Amino acid sequence: MAHQNDLNLKATELRLGLPGTDESEDMVSTAKNNKRASPASVNDSGLNSAAKSADNETSSASKAQIVGWPPVRSYRKNNLQPKKADSETGIYVKVSMDGAPYLRKVDLKVYNGYSDLLKALESMFKLSIGEYSEREGYKGSEYAPAYEDKDGDLMLVGDVPWDMFMSSCKRLRIMNGSEAKGLGCAL
Amino acid sequence: MAYSFPEEVLEYVFAFLSSDKDRNAVSLVCKSWYEIERWCRRRVFIGNCYAVSPQIVIRRFPEVRAVKIKGKPHFADFNLVPERWGAYVYPWISAMARSYPWLEEIKLKRMVVTDESLELISKSFKNFKVLMLSSCEGFTTDGLSSIAANCRNLRELDLRESDVEDLSGHWLSHFPDNFTSLVSLNMSCLGSEVSFSALERLVSRCPNLKTLRLNRAVPVEKLASLLRRAPQLVEFGTGAYSTEIRTDIFSNLVGAFSGCKHLKSLSGFWDVVPAYLPAMYCVCSRITSLNLSYATVQSPDLVELISQCPNLKCLWVLDYIEDAGLKALSSYCKDLQELRVFPSDPYSAEPNVSLTEQGLVTVSAGCPKLQSVLYFCRQMSNAALVAIARNRPNLIRFRLCIIEPQAPDYLTLEPLDTGFGAIVEHCKELRRLSLSGLLTDRVFEYIGTHAKKLEMLSIAFAGDSDLGLHYVLSGCESLRKLEIRDCPFGDKALLANAAKLETMRSLWMSSCSVSYGACKLLGQKMPNLNVEVIDERGPPDSRPKTCPVEKLYVYRTVAGPRADKPDFVWTMDEDGALRLS
Repeated sequence: MAHQNDLNLKATELRLGLPGTDESEDMVSTAKNNKRASPASVNDSGLNSAAKSADNETSSASKAQIVGWPPVRSYRKNNLQPKKADSETGIYVKVSMDGAPYLRKVDLKVYNGYSDLLKALESMFKLSIGEYSEREGYKGSEYAPAYEDKDGDLMLVGDVPWDMFMSSCKRLRIMNGSEAKGLGCAL
Repeated sequence: MAYSFPEEVLEYVFAFLSSDKDRNAVSLVCKSWYEIERWCRRRVFIGNCYAVSPQIVIRRFPEVRAVKIKGKPHFADFNLVPERWGAYVYPWISAMARSYPWLEEIKLKRMVVTDESLELISKSFKNFKVLMLSSCEGFTTDGLSSIAANCRNLRELDLRESDVEDLSGHWLSHFPDNFTSLVSLNMSCLGSEVSFSALERLVSRCPNLKTLRLNRAVPVEKLASLLRRAPQLVEFGTGAYSTEIRTDIFSNLVGAFSGCKHLKSLSGFWDVVPAYLPAMYCVCSRITSLNLSYATVQSPDLVELISQCPNLKCLWVLDYIEDAGLKALSSYCKDLQELRVFPSDPYSAEPNVSLTEQGLVTVSAGCPKLQSVLYFCRQMSNAALVAIARNRPNLIRFRLCIIEPQAPDYLTLEPLDTGFGAIVEHCKELRRLSLSGLLTDRVFEYIGTHAKKLEMLSIAFAGDSDLGLHYVLSGCESLRKLEIRDCPFGDKALLANAAKLETMRSLWMSSCSVSYGACKLLGQKMPNLNVEVIDERGPPDSRPKTCPVEKLYVYRTVAGPRADKPDFVWTMDEDGALRLS
């Protein structure tokens, strides 16, 4: 039980230095505490792979190589990963406003839906857009949001489901209400 | 004395005993009580399908109506048990089909269930009512079709967390038009879309439907229609909540939810668009259980929702809730009993959210009824654990997962022995504990000394020597399940405490230092234990006796070594000979 005495001493050892200063010692003790490595690796040829890979892992950043750690069930992992991949690429489209000196750019992925997007545009251009209705577009507002789709046509924002809009919108254009009235009527 | 009391009277009295413990005690009083009791036992729980055989169960209890059977060890959830290890339910179904024609309930956990088994169930038990398959695998949606088509009196079909081969959603359409007895349906683990009109009609014609947990494929715009047909629902799980926000869908949903005056539990919420959450606000005041563990929503939106649920007893959530959200939880939800916080990004080295030990400390301080905790985080301190222990001596389950193995107290860089020691010392009713972080043999000394009610202990990457294991095996009087991975525990402690293993359900040790020789010795010493060596490197005989085994699973049994072992499992037999399957 010599081990036990050693450990007891270490555990009760008073440290006067700052937490960081003992680090090298701590790193060593961590490695020593990693006892699963010593008897298994020194005595025989059949290393168990989990222990071996975990050894190699101590300095690396990727945790995914330790089998079954952290203990998260696979159906939970599958749920979250696609989300991560998505957030890496944005859908940036130019936004022009009639009369403005320069254009802006927005990332459509950032918004949850139309109301989110319109609020952002209102704040970006300091204007108000008003309520969308299927029958009358943005009737009564000074401005109406329109977009150019894949086919090059100028469309009113809000007609199609958000996901469809995100994939077909090539650029946004904030039109004067008077000009947009024509759009609504034509439908 | 026993003869003067009519059997019928005893039987009548025994009918009031529902707990297995009580019934087991009663059956030990005398032979005639044993006989009377065994004829009137209606429910049997088998915690390890290999601890007993179907024949033994049927012989002793001939009139069973409900069985609950568990198969693989818990670590199978994390892929530590190789495929084809076992836990096949078919032999049980086949035996019960012959002997229990009036069987009503089958509940299975971590078992391999085939379509053949499901078909046999559907055809053998005329009064079949409840099928619960928890974390099971091996079947397809074809098996579900048999159940739907043939079980005329089915009340519950619950597939929670099972791994089903989803061939199509067509299975649901197999419920006959005159089938109206459904009370509970949980299909949340399935991928395919079911026929929505079939689902609508099913919901419409089952007036007793109380639980409906949909799968991801049901979009949010279809929910209102279902809720309107089942305003009596108590538990509801949505599908994906991700269609872009539209006022008409939203207001429709609000209307539908407001008609549900009995809703207590909500779940689902895959890919949730935060703007849809307010649709549920009208039911929040009655909500006691909320599973948001798939909702990838930021903390402010979560807090908005939670702040409306003063009666919340159980919350499952992702770490997006952050410390700030947990603080809100602790102030709004004073009735909280269970909290589970899951990691949104378990594999990144850096934290992606601001969730630390502080969140858990705050909840432990603010929620006086908190008794069950599962918490994933990236840093912990002894001080925090001591605070939690002092705040909540009524804890029953405490499972902490610090994502980095062997992470020390981040403030002092010391092991977390003192912290966990405080947990077991203060929480005298603790039944389940999972450890993580940097731990020496010391923590096991604390556990062995204090954790007298502990029934299940999970250990990973901890300890220094056999002493750690010895403390646990010799000190924890109530221990039933012990699971250990990647710890330097070896032969000495195991062999010295061999007798203890007969008082437990099972012991799992993987990537430890238990030698093949010790396993053989244990198998020889203990005829009532199955000592299974799991080793995918080939027969243990081909390596020196001192070589550690990959995985060891030891469990008590009255059924002897099992006959269905795969080629990578060896049972250490009492005569020391190797038995290959």
